[in-house]
Amino acid sequence: MAINWDAYDNHPFHDELVSEHGNARTHARKLINYLENMSPEDLQERQDAADLAIKQMGITFRVYTQEEGAIDRAWPFDIVPRVIRKKEWNETEAGLKQRVQALNLFIDDLYHDQKCIKDGVFPKHVLAESVNFRKQCIGVNPPLGVWAHICGSDLVRDSDGTMYVLEDNLRVPSGVSYMLENRAVTKRVFPELFETYQPEPVASYPSDLFDTLAALSPRPGDTPEIVVMTPGIYNSAYFEHAYLAQQMGCELVEGRDLVVGDDDCVYMRNVEGLSRVDVIYRRIDDLFLDPEAFDPTSMLGVPGLLRAWKAGNVALANAPGAGVADDKVVYSYVPDLIKYYLDQDAIVSNVPTWRCMDKDSLKHVLANLKDLVVKPANESGGYGMLVGPASTKAEREEFAKLVAANPRNYIAQPTLGISTVPTVVRGGLLEPRHVDLRPFILSGKKMNVTTGGLTRVALRKGSLVVNSSQGGGSKDTWIVDA
Amino acid sequence: MLSRVAETLYWFGRYIERAENTARLVSVNTNLMLDLPGSMAPGWGPLITLLGADAEYAERHPEVTELRVVNFLLSDAEHPSSIISTLEAARENLRTVREVLPREAWELINDLHHRALEVLRPNIARHDRHAALTTVILGTQALTGLLAGTMNHDIGYQFLNIGRKIERADMTTRIVDMRWENPLPEAASESDLSPFDNVLWMTILKSLSAYQMYRQSRQVRINRPDILAFLFQSMHFPRALAYCVEAIIVDLNEFPNNVLPLEAARALRHHLLSSKVAKMPDKTLHGFIDGLQLEIAKLHTLIAETYFLAPPEMIQSQTQTA
Repeated sequence: MAINWDAYDNHPFHDELVSEHGNARTHARKLINYLENMSPEDLQERQDAADLAIKQMGITFRVYTQEEGAIDRAWPFDIVPRVIRKKEWNETEAGLKQRVQALNLFIDDLYHDQKCIKDGVFPKHVLAESVNFRKQCIGVNPPLGVWAHICGSDLVRDSDGTMYVLEDNLRVPSGVSYMLENRAVTKRVFPELFETYQPEPVASYPSDLFDTLAALSPRPGDTPEIVVMTPGIYNSAYFEHAYLAQQMGCELVEGRDLVVGDDDCVYMRNVEGLSRVDVIYRRIDDLFLDPEAFDPTSMLGVPGLLRAWKAGNVALANAPGAGVADDKVVYSYVPDLIKYYLDQDAIVSNVPTWRCMDKDSLKHVLANLKDLVVKPANESGGYGMLVGPASTKAEREEFAKLVAANPRNYIAQPTLGISTVPTVVRGGLLEPRHVDLRPFILSGKKMNVTTGGLTRVALRKGSLVVNSSQGGGSKDTWIVDA
Repeated sequence: MLSRVAETLYWFGRYIERAENTARLVSVNTNLMLDLPGSMAPGWGPLITLLGADAEYAERHPEVTELRVVNFLLSDAEHPSSIISTLEAARENLRTVREVLPREAWELINDLHHRALEVLRPNIARHDRHAALTTVILGTQALTGLLAGTMNHDIGYQFLNIGRKIERADMTTRIVDMRWENPLPEAASESDLSPFDNVLWMTILKSLSAYQMYRQSRQVRINRPDILAFLFQSMHFPRALAYCVEAIIVDLNEFPNNVLPLEAARALRHHLLSSKVAKMPDKTLHGFIDGLQLEIAKLHTLIAETYFLAPPEMIQSQTQTA
């Protein structure tokens, strides 16, 4: 038997599949029964088969190490799915839509009348110090009034079972291709499980994304020319850029493939000559988009792109400047923003957050570093943060200096006891490992949320870091009606 | 089709073809060494010359031995034209355009690359060599078949094919020229080849997988004029020069802005078909081949200038060596 319940110890954390009493949760019972009937050898065999499939399918991501430079690694995947009850998911989905709707209204407001500041909901000085506010975008009206067309929000479940939003990624969130591939691999590895279980399919995402992008075209009626813009093969998410382009049947372009004409329209360089581009799903940061408007040394961008966008001749998704809401200080205001713009209470909660810029909070944070997680406002990928309980005294002292020197740049949150899921470890045994969940929310003419999302798992025992660049893996995510 | 994508597909075609050709060459030379007596055997040096890698080889190796040359050509990751490097380059190229190719093609090249890494080990034993090279040859052929059977035969496919044909045409001229690098005493009469010369000509045919097709098509015994006519002027044998050039012309015909490249390809075809290549003595033949190689290089340049992204980008110039 692959599961030794006496040895399976998720305490004190909430396990997604197993209850406190060591029983399967109702919605996971069939899966757990199935796993219980497998020997560790069988389970290891399936895991090996999955690893091989991933190698054959060439599902990779790039990591950078100082010693080896950029290397392509097989995507680490664990075969035991994470299962979520449909009833719970429906509510989470509503909460995510609500949240992103408010965020888009907020961004549009910031680049226009700034009513939220005038009404005292959002402090002016926070905006003034935001590194992702782009003054070049003031007054621009992107199509449909939407700035963040694709949002990836990270969810975690605390030990009491509550689901929280941990952060919102509104710049160029990645991971959705792995969500799709994880399902494809699981179908290969556990075909018989799909006979008894019917997890909701995830495969509609590429067409939903296509529809979202197509609705932005400045030339309605025509078949819009949509392209995916990548920084190139050395980007860690290149696999995903190529994957999405392929799935949507779009061109995958680099900056050097595009040119802005005298008519302020964007064209791509083809064998046949130039042809017009209507919508760019750009997977490249704001500052590299256009050397004329932003970083003049960018080799990845297209001179004049911002000009073409402002003229309404091309749509950019996400819109430049959308990242202003992708800031962990802004995050702490989201419940207020939902109330302000939608007059609703937040359906999915924020993690309680101390803003170090508030004097009292700063004092509290510095006094309690040992128990808190402290994060810089504008980093992603899990870099530059302090996990209090796992830190040394020297690290905390070092970090206290950083925070005191630039309090606006830091927030602190209690260390959550994030939930676990049984995960295959060496020898085909199952042990609890911590997970989070990144659903993707599409905003255009209508809103769409992925079915579940990408479950990331910290493969190292006890670790809370789920980022693939730092030893994290992923799991298939099942939404089931049970 | 994006210019960058067209360029990538073109190079992908060249790399795949190069890997296959190198595998064939090493395989045939291995056999040749067993057939010729030591004093007559050309050894392994000519292979390096033929592939235009003399300088690079000399930099890295103090002497020419079978082991060193085979390592250099098969498994040396530092040598950009080794089989491992060309498969790696083909895979990396395909990765950048994987959205335009059928997914199975990506899985196939990915798998071929993994398998090649396993079988083309440094210092591979001679008795394992044949199986390893066959893996490469069959793998590249499977890829060709898969693309022919599953990919839109649109301009992208045509660029890939042109890349293959240019690489192949170039290689065919080099392989015939190997005859020049291995001078045996000229036979008294053209039909009266010495037994070893006979072996050498058979080797050339076999390097191009042409032996059987030659026999079927010509129905004569091995003789120099017929072989030369077959390898240069056959319109039916897919590794013959005229066949390759004709295929390029057919594809180019459908291209936009094709005046200059098409002109160059037609001139090349004219030179090939109007020449008396069958009757040329070795020295004239060598000069003739030099001329053809220059024309092939010119055709490549015109295609690049007409269709590919103008400025030679950093990445391109570093990873793509003609």
